[in-house]
This record gives sequence, C-alpha cells and structure tokens, in this order.
Amino acid sequence: MPEHEALGEHGSPAREVGEFLRRRGEQIAQRWADEPLFRTVFTVSRDEAVEAGKIVVDALAQVADTDQVHDPDAAGFTLVREQLSRMGAARSRAGFTTAQVSNDVDALRPPVENLLVSDLPDAPSDLVRGCTTALTVLMGTLRLVVLETALSEGQALIERQRLQLLEVATPVIKLWDGIVAVPLIGTLDSARSQVVMETLLEAVVDQHARFAILDITGVPTVDSLVAQHLMKTVAAARLMGAECVVSGIRPAIAQTIVHLGLDLGTVITRASLADALAYALHELGADIVNATPGGAGRR
Amino acid sequence: MRTAAGVEACLPIRSDMDLVWVRQHVRQAAGRLGFGLVEQTKLVTAASELARNTLVHGGGGQMETAPVSDGPVRGLRLTFSDEGPGIPDLERALTDGYTSGDGLGMGLGGARRLVHSFTVDSTPGVGTTVTVVSWASRAPRSREGH
Amino acid sequence: MSHDFSRQMTGHVPVLRLGDVLLVTLQGDLDDSTAQQLQQDIGEAIVDSGVTGVVIDISGVEIVDSFLGRVLAEIAANASLLAARTVVAGMRPAVAITLVELGLTLPGLRTALTTEAALELLSGQQPVTRAGGSGRERR
Repeated sequence: MPEHEALGEHGSPAREVGEFLRRRGEQIAQRWADEPLFRTVFTVSRDEAVEAGKIVVDALAQVADTDQVHDPDAAGFTLVREQLSRMGAARSRAGFTTAQVSNDVDALRPPVENLLVSDLPDAPSDLVRGCTTALTVLMGTLRLVVLETALSEGQALIERQRLQLLEVATPVIKLWDGIVAVPLIGTLDSARSQVVMETLLEAVVDQHARFAILDITGVPTVDSLVAQHLMKTVAAARLMGAECVVSGIRPAIAQTIVHLGLDLGTVITRASLADALAYALHELGADIVNATPGGAGRR
Repeated sequence: MRTAAGVEACLPIRSDMDLVWVRQHVRQAAGRLGFGLVEQTKLVTAASELARNTLVHGGGGQMETAPVSDGPVRGLRLTFSDEGPGIPDLERALTDGYTSGDGLGMGLGGARRLVHSFTVDSTPGVGTTVTVVSWASRAPRSREGH
Repeated sequence: MSHDFSRQMTGHVPVLRLGDVLLVTLQGDLDDSTAQQLQQDIGEAIVDSGVTGVVIDISGVEIVDSFLGRVLAEIAANASLLAARTVVAGMRPAVAITLVELGLTLPGLRTALTTEAALELLSGQQPVTRAGGSGRERR
C-alpha cells in the first residue's frame, strides 16, 4: 500500500483525514447512500444520494484540511449547511426527534472509520489513534451542524405557523355597507393586538368603513396592556376618519378595567355586537324599522 | 444577540432637506431588509424625530445606518450623533410633553415608543448620540410593558 | 446612495378652491419649510376667498411625524379662527398607528376616510368624527 507511506510525512492527523476523505470520497458516499439519513431523504434515486454524500464528504475534507475539525463555524460547513438543513428538516418532518436525527448522523461515522482503519494497516498506532480521533471529532462537529440547522429550521417553522395563526385568528367581517367587525376569540397578547389593529384598519380603508366594531365577547381577560391596545386602535381609527366601537365587554372585564384604573373615556362601548351594529346603523342614518321595545334591534 | 454590524451609510444632518434624505434613506433600507409597512413607517417616523432633534438641539450632526441580524431576523440600527450642548436632564427629556424647541414635545419619548431598542448617550458640552434598533419581524419584540 | 427626487415636494403645495371649500392634496415627503409655507398659504387663501371649509387629502403621505402633525393641527386651529372647518382626509393605517404610538392623537382634528367623505362632512350631511378625544394615550 503506497498511500500510507505518504501518511506520516504530512502534517497533522486532521490533514491526514482530509486527504483520506478526498481519496475515498466515492466509496464513503456509496456507503452513506445506504444509511437512513441519506436513504430516506433522497428517495427518488440512489445516485442522487451518492452525489449529496460526495458533496458532504468534500466539505468535511475541506474542514479537515484547515485543521478546524472542532469548529462548527468552519468555512467548509457553510457550503453544505443548506444541504444538511434539508436533510435534517426532512427527518424532522417525518416525525423523528432531534435525538433520532442525531443518531442518524452518528451512524455515518462507523463506515468511514472502518475505511480509515483499513487504509492504515501498517501505520504506527499513534498515527492511527490520532486519525480516528480527528475523524470522530470531525463527525461530532458535523452532527452539531446538522442539529443546529435542524433546530433553526424548526424555529422558523414555528414562527411561520405563529404568524399564520395570528392571521387566521383575526377575521374581519363586513356587516353592512360602511361597517366592519372583528369578533375576537381567545387570549389577546401584545403581538395579536397589533395584528388585530393593523387588520381592522386595513379593512376600514378597503371597505370604506365609517364604523369598525371590535367585539371582545370571546376574550376571557383584558389586562392593562390589551386595554391600551384597544384604545390605540380606537385612536388610530379616528385619525383615519372612522369610528371604532368596542362591544361585548363582559361584567368581569368591566370590573377589571375599573379595577386597573383604566379610563376608556372616549371609547364608544356597547354591551353586544348587535347593540354596536344598531348604533353604527343609526349613525349611518339607516334606522331599524321593526323595533323591539328595549331590545337590541332585531332585523 | 448576534449582530453582523458594519456601517452601511452615513448621512449628514445639516438642514431641513437633509431630514427628507434621512427619511427616504431609512425607508429604502428598511424596505430592502423586509420590514412590514407598519414597522417601516414607525422606524422612518422615529428617524425623522431623532434627526430633527439632532438638527434643532444638537446644531446638526449625522446619521449612520447599519443592518443587523439576530439569527434569521434582520433589523436596522440607526445612530444619530451631534456635538451639540447635550441633554442636561435625560429623564425629563424622555418624558412626554417636555420640549425645548419646535414640535409637540414628542421627540425623544415618542421616538422611543416607535423602535424596539433605544439608547441615549449624552454628555453636556460634548454632544449626544442616540442609537435605535428595529427588527423586520414581530418575533423578537421585547419591549412589552415598559 | 441614490436620492429619489420624484417622491419629494419642495416649494409650494397647490391649494385649489372648490366652491366653498379649499382642497389641498399632499403627496410624498414634505420638507419642513414647505409644510410651514403651506400653513401660511392656506391662511391667506381662506381670507382671500372666504371659504368655510378646508380639506387636506393626505392619502399620498407616507409618514406624518410630530412636526407635520403639529402643522396639520395648527392649520385646523388657524382655519377655525377664520371661521372655516378643516378636515384631514385619507390618513393611511400605518401612519395612523404610528401617530398614536408616537403619542399624537391630534385631539379636535376632524378626519374623514376620503376626500369625498370630507366634502360630505363639510356640507353637513354626516356627523363629524373627531380624532383622539382624550389625547392622553400612554404606554
């Protein structure tokens, strides 16, 4: 074996590993293609898996060349980060836990280690140990990079879903010509209040709505922050030339508002959505004909 | 917080017209970073308030813009600096209604509410530096309840 | 750095007369001196023409800071002294949200969704919406 004669004359074990990876890249990629991480992601063709494996091996070789086997921020990794995140994400989507993905990446190491050891049959044991250690560290770093990308992928997914949820949870309904309403259900936090405000005001413009009704019947609690957001929405609507009516303030919430010492002052409030609609219709000059005494204006 | 800083542009603030350039520059920079319309409008308005402060109270100065990032979220950092008389009573200057020049006294306190982070460094007789950061996404907003 | 000249106005903003009403359309980014000039122009135009209403269409304005907000409030206050009512029409949602966050609710300023709505309002067909009753919104 001529190769291992060259070994030992070159620099550090890490660089030896880099050279080995380059030399055996094709074989390693072939073996990896049968491992779960590659097999389950590149389901269409095995060649594709081998190709992807080769790119990863090349990146690892590049990292090893620069003696940065322990550094997840090494330049070599940046080239394959996207590829790795795709693989990690595919595994996560398939319902695998982070620990399982971690095991998948771990499973890539033995085939490479076997190849490495068989490449060094007569090498001094020091060198063999140095090289396997460098390889182990390198594969550990690879695992870290995969997990890191998988995690940030997961976080991005959560963030996307959170924003989608915010939008879904804020339907603006046109009740009448010039009247829009948002029935709010569930807990209002600051981010959601912000979305409600923006969505409602956009609807005011789109629908030429002189009246916007915020119905909070389905909101369990109102704290001072949410009350402030409601008042800001009312103030912003007024600046745009629309009137905002808050309806459905339940007794408990009314008590909280008083308790917090909040002054809803100039905010127009009505007991129910129906009352708010009746008020807005009246203001628009569209009075309800079939009046029920004391009722909320059944149409 | 990871910030990949690096000053992108530096604009002088010497006249009324410079305020217009400041607003347009901030709007374009925020737009490139993917700011939503409301966040963009808030940041441009804050920049306008702060640039006017720099002009009126600081006797002119400059604004530096630098893109920043925190993981996948991108933001914009604006630094307004002047070599004016400084702000003697910072606490009071940040209170609504306080004014020593033109405007409705919304300058500093108002601008602070429009951005995600806000720091003032002022030394009487030496000058004032105001640094603000806003993020393109709603996600990292951490100014709840101040 | 490129400057976008098209979005910016300098000098005079045209003040049109429409029957009993002055119509002013603001576009883009106003510099401070143009805004102040406008304030003066409107005052003079009211005196010269004896109109009873002023409509300021700001649907083309992307930001209103405390300076421009104050100018709008002062135009309305001046007009009111000259027996004319002022309506600010078409403020964009993002601008309105920002003004409120800034702490500027412009109490007493009449507002309308569109120029048409503002004209109707001035002709007395519709009740008046007044901005920011309390004007004390705080965090």
